[in-house]
Amino acid sequence: MIFEDEPEPGHPLPMLPGHSSAGRFERILRAGGFAVTAELAPPDSAAAEDVYARAHIFDGYVDAINATDGSGANCHMSSVAVCALLTHIGYSPVMQLSCRDRNRIAMQGEILGAAAMGVCNLLCLTGDGVQAGDHPQAKPVFDYDSISLLRAATRLRDEGTFESGRKLTSRPHVFFGAAENPFVPPYDWRPQRLAQKVAAGAQFIQTQYCFDVPLLRKFMARADELGLLDQVFILVGVGPLPSAKTADWMRRHVPGVHIPDAVVQRLAGAAKPKAEGRNLCVELIQEIREIKGVSGVHLMAYRQEEAVAEVIERSGVLQGRVPWYPGRPAELSLEKAAS
Amino acid sequence: MYAIRLWSVRHSRGLEAFYQGFERIVVALDPVWRFLGYDRIEKPVAAVEKLVKGVLFDCQMCGMCALSQTGMACPMNCPKQLRHGPCGGVRVDGMCEVKPEMRCVWVEAYAGSQRMQAGPAAIRELRAPVDRRLTGTSSWLRVAREKAPKPPAKAAP
Repeated sequence: MIFEDEPEPGHPLPMLPGHSSAGRFERILRAGGFAVTAELAPPDSAAAEDVYARAHIFDGYVDAINATDGSGANCHMSSVAVCALLTHIGYSPVMQLSCRDRNRIAMQGEILGAAAMGVCNLLCLTGDGVQAGDHPQAKPVFDYDSISLLRAATRLRDEGTFESGRKLTSRPHVFFGAAENPFVPPYDWRPQRLAQKVAAGAQFIQTQYCFDVPLLRKFMARADELGLLDQVFILVGVGPLPSAKTADWMRRHVPGVHIPDAVVQRLAGAAKPKAEGRNLCVELIQEIREIKGVSGVHLMAYRQEEAVAEVIERSGVLQGRVPWYPGRPAELSLEKAAS
Repeated sequence: MYAIRLWSVRHSRGLEAFYQGFERIVVALDPVWRFLGYDRIEKPVAAVEKLVKGVLFDCQMCGMCALSQTGMACPMNCPKQLRHGPCGGVRVDGMCEVKPEMRCVWVEAYAGSQRMQAGPAAIRELRAPVDRRLTGTSSWLRVAREKAPKPPAKAAP
């Protein structure tokens, strides 16, 4: 899928009719493409170069880059700053915004600020508890929850007012998303919760890591029955596991990660666990893309970011498409447009 | 207390019926509350409410009680104070992400809501974000004030 008006770094694209944002990510989804997003772990540094280097790894394989907001309750560079830097050189970031660290005054302000800097996509999250991170002594805020945040965000955009009712002089044109985790209890409620998020304004969903496809199928089938699949774009979270040990550690310590025993055993029995983890990831993507209502995959390859290109390439989901990146050769887009 | 809180959720249907009767009385007494002055009785009523609901639900006195929508599980006992359902961190055994020794408040709420006479749909309603100014105030009196028929407006002097 090629758009004639390729981005010019630092300049927004024109907004297409019926779209909420001027972003490429929304364009790909609305055009029916299979989207690929990847998670960028913001650096523990104050240097822009570190952000660029981390984004550069994904060049040519992702439609949008998620900038996490203190993920796992660990302190890093702020997501709004990472997104502003990425937008400035033409990347298409998804800004994650968690309710853990800010009250409603800060969050509404952050959305306006991000939109002013050209950020087109926002993922509204509740956030991990502070106990999970490196500052367990911090005060957890949670003034809003993810659904209240979605509601406040869409109010800014669609009604042009703050929660207080005070009017904005210009509205943020942002594509709003939320997370969902079909893989933890209460399982029956999860599709309903998706419906709650859609009702509150979620336009796209990025799920937690999927290592259990039968559970995902059940969730998607129920979402279909509820009539949600036409109302929201669902990107399923996937990632390569480096070893059985890491997999086991993750399912014990990372909130919300469910990894079935069979997966851990498969890695434990492999001669080259790292390669096996990538094979598994490719297989999962290929299986997931066939499920009705799946609009893309979201790669979380923490400390294995270089694996994203390989996994996406082997999975074939881009079907030869090369998503834009700063410095992408012009002939590349023409070639693909002709093919 | 944790054990009593779990008991309350198991008996959400009975407590719901009791509360409905209780609410009718509190609302019907609106003229009395007005005669005594809502402001004047706020503190003692809030103290009683805190005691009763504290024992039954570990009530945190948010002032915007949602118990009858949430299967008689108080959402303010969720360490993230979520008002619309469980976060993505619930453990596979249904325990809380933040406090592994506690059942997820929303897993409990979901179970409680299934037993409610009014049906489980109310738990999914969109709730207004908590107004933090109401913390510590009486939900009972707020409901009485809101649900009672409005007294005729006083004639302008």
